[in-house]
Amino acid sequence: MSEMRELLVDTATRQFADLCTNAAFDVAETGSLDLRLWQALEDTGLAAATQSEARGGAGADLGDALAVVREAGSAGLPAPLAETLIAELMLASASLPPLAGPLSVGPVLGRSELELKRANNAWQLHGTMKRIPWGRHAHAVVALAEYDGKNATVVVQHPAVSRQSANYAREPRDTMHFDGLLIPDGDVSVPGSGMSVDQLQVTGALFRSVAMAGALFRTLQTTVEYAMQRQQFGRPIGKFQAIQQQVAILASQVAAANAAADAAVEAATHDLAAATFEIAAAKTRVGEAAGIAAAIAHQVHGAMGFSYEYSLQRSTRRLWSWRDEFGSEAEWAAWIGKTVARVGGRGLWAFVTSPVKNVSSAKT
Amino acid sequence: MVMPSFRFAKTSFPSAAAELREQVRQFVTEQEACGSFVCGPGSWTRFDADMSAKIGAQGWIGMTWPKRYGGHERSALERYVVTEELLAAGVPLRAHYSADRQIGPLILQFGNEEQRRRLLPLIAAGKCACAIGLSEPDSGSDLAAMRTRATRVDGGWRVEGRKMWIGHAHKAQILNLFLRTSSTEESRHSGISRFLIDMSWPGITVRPIINLHGDHDYNEVVFDDLFVPDNMVVGEIGQAWSQLGSDLAYERSAPDRWLGAFETLKCMIDELARRPGPRQEEACGRLVAHLWTFREMSLSIAGMLERGQLPNVEAAVVKDLGTAFDQEIPNVARSLFSESMRADLDDDNLFEAVLDYDLLYAPSLSIKGGTREMLRNAIARGLGLR
Repeated sequence: MSEMRELLVDTATRQFADLCTNAAFDVAETGSLDLRLWQALEDTGLAAATQSEARGGAGADLGDALAVVREAGSAGLPAPLAETLIAELMLASASLPPLAGPLSVGPVLGRSELELKRANNAWQLHGTMKRIPWGRHAHAVVALAEYDGKNATVVVQHPAVSRQSANYAREPRDTMHFDGLLIPDGDVSVPGSGMSVDQLQVTGALFRSVAMAGALFRTLQTTVEYAMQRQQFGRPIGKFQAIQQQVAILASQVAAANAAADAAVEAATHDLAAATFEIAAAKTRVGEAAGIAAAIAHQVHGAMGFSYEYSLQRSTRRLWSWRDEFGSEAEWAAWIGKTVARVGGRGLWAFVTSPVKNVSSAKT
Repeated sequence: MVMPSFRFAKTSFPSAAAELREQVRQFVTEQEACGSFVCGPGSWTRFDADMSAKIGAQGWIGMTWPKRYGGHERSALERYVVTEELLAAGVPLRAHYSADRQIGPLILQFGNEEQRRRLLPLIAAGKCACAIGLSEPDSGSDLAAMRTRATRVDGGWRVEGRKMWIGHAHKAQILNLFLRTSSTEESRHSGISRFLIDMSWPGITVRPIINLHGDHDYNEVVFDDLFVPDNMVVGEIGQAWSQLGSDLAYERSAPDRWLGAFETLKCMIDELARRPGPRQEEACGRLVAHLWTFREMSLSIAGMLERGQLPNVEAAVVKDLGTAFDQEIPNVARSLFSESMRADLDDDNLFEAVLDYDLLYAPSLSIKGGTREMLRNAIARGLGLR
């Protein structure tokens, strides 16, 4: 780990521990965003980690940003940090100026939802974006819209939310409806530049995989601590072999998920556009681990884990939510299946050892 | 809170790896073309002394050992490249696999100079197959319950006892035998030693154990008044337990733990290409995601070994998950591709044959080399629960 990354991770870990209080989670549970919490992230530069130092950021690379996101996932940080970092990537890739957060992104469902029209010498935005993360709190949403068969990046300042919704962790997932919304010229990229909807889906899958890897690690820690602490029949339940075997399975799933996420981070940091297979494999593997790990963690915690008061649910509800977002393991596994069908059984090993050479970056 | 890493540090290949990988692929292509092996059911688990000698001649056995003992002084990661390439290609490896992976490193670390000079060059040449004798009729997972024992005699030891489940004892030249050299009264785990047995010595009877697939791979071996000279003891008498070092990590983390049903997976991908369907795509894609993750984990362990770490808990994770994966593949295969679909395949299609092999061998995978339950105990111990 580079010195820069160590410093960032250290800062993030300490700050998230300070920020993620019971009170902060109670506020988030109602669908609110604690603005002081967000301001604290701005103050330490974490919210603009990938922006250059000249722009007030930390000048971090993608790997550094993801290391921070992993810690946020571990802490269950109730704020759109990942979304803001993805939005920064989208702005940079479309050569648009950086913006102050909190930001969100869209479309997040792997399909084109917006259309851009040019009328009366002005840009107009049409369409409906669903499940926009933290939409109601975003100062701006960085969105992808079709124009003339091409893709444009559009900044929607202070977007209106037409329907509020949430994921299992009660993180806002909102609908935005645009019916000819006027967009200033400066908030639209040159059509054909910037990310595609597929690339946003891949990028989001990467960020969610990494956040889940962190949340899985926290789930393991919480469970091991509980098993050592909770006494039944006169001894800690962790001393029972039945419990030990279950926790061993949990630990193995967490280890596999982290290995998959780390490998995807490495590939993406090297070349995000060429890392689709690695990210697809990570989202698939981490998502599966999330389901198995959450179930075991709850079983080991018994009734306690089902209470709101106990912290386990902060991790498990996020795992259940994030495994569905930016493509579930079923969807990404199907993409991998389609991709390997093209190389066939004989080409499988060459593919696994060198996916970059074998995948075109676009999701089919 | 202190926990073992359970974080498999991302490891990348050294620059020499790409060229080495190409060399191995070239070798495999040539050998397949000239008919010296056929990729098929059983793939790398087949015993083929000629093939092992050829691999030895390439310098691909004992790769990390010192040159003065016939080794090649290459890195654990280069060794990893060769191992995974040969396994994935289905090249028969059984005639040198245990020797390269466990017995060679054991002799190198704990053996005497004579053992090193005599045996390591032979192993590295692919001309000395080794077997390992651990289990007994009443000692499986509970290894410390072993009763095969050696008593001190002039110039060596007399061995009496019976071992079970010795893989390829009927073909091996050397047997690495675990046995008791003192009573269990002091401590269950002390008093166990490791000897090297030349299988041509008198006093050894080998009886086949035919497995449920109908193959003869395992054996019962009876020792009756077998004399073992002092110079064939490995390391300190009574210290076999504490000599268990990196060989567990090597044994449990190698790619064979998750490439055991690779031939079936290949056939599944071929069928997927011929007859695509959403169910097939999802199920096969999921297995490929798992395969890719295992490779990252095994590679990471090779990196830890290269750095002199002892990732025994991490290796237990790979073996537990990897063998479950290899057991799952034939099940997924039969659920996706029905009997009627398989019956209509061309006569020379391998699907049914490799499925037969991988399905019938599946139960053994989570038993041999440490049962699933023992591995999970080791993982729980690593978490501080035991």
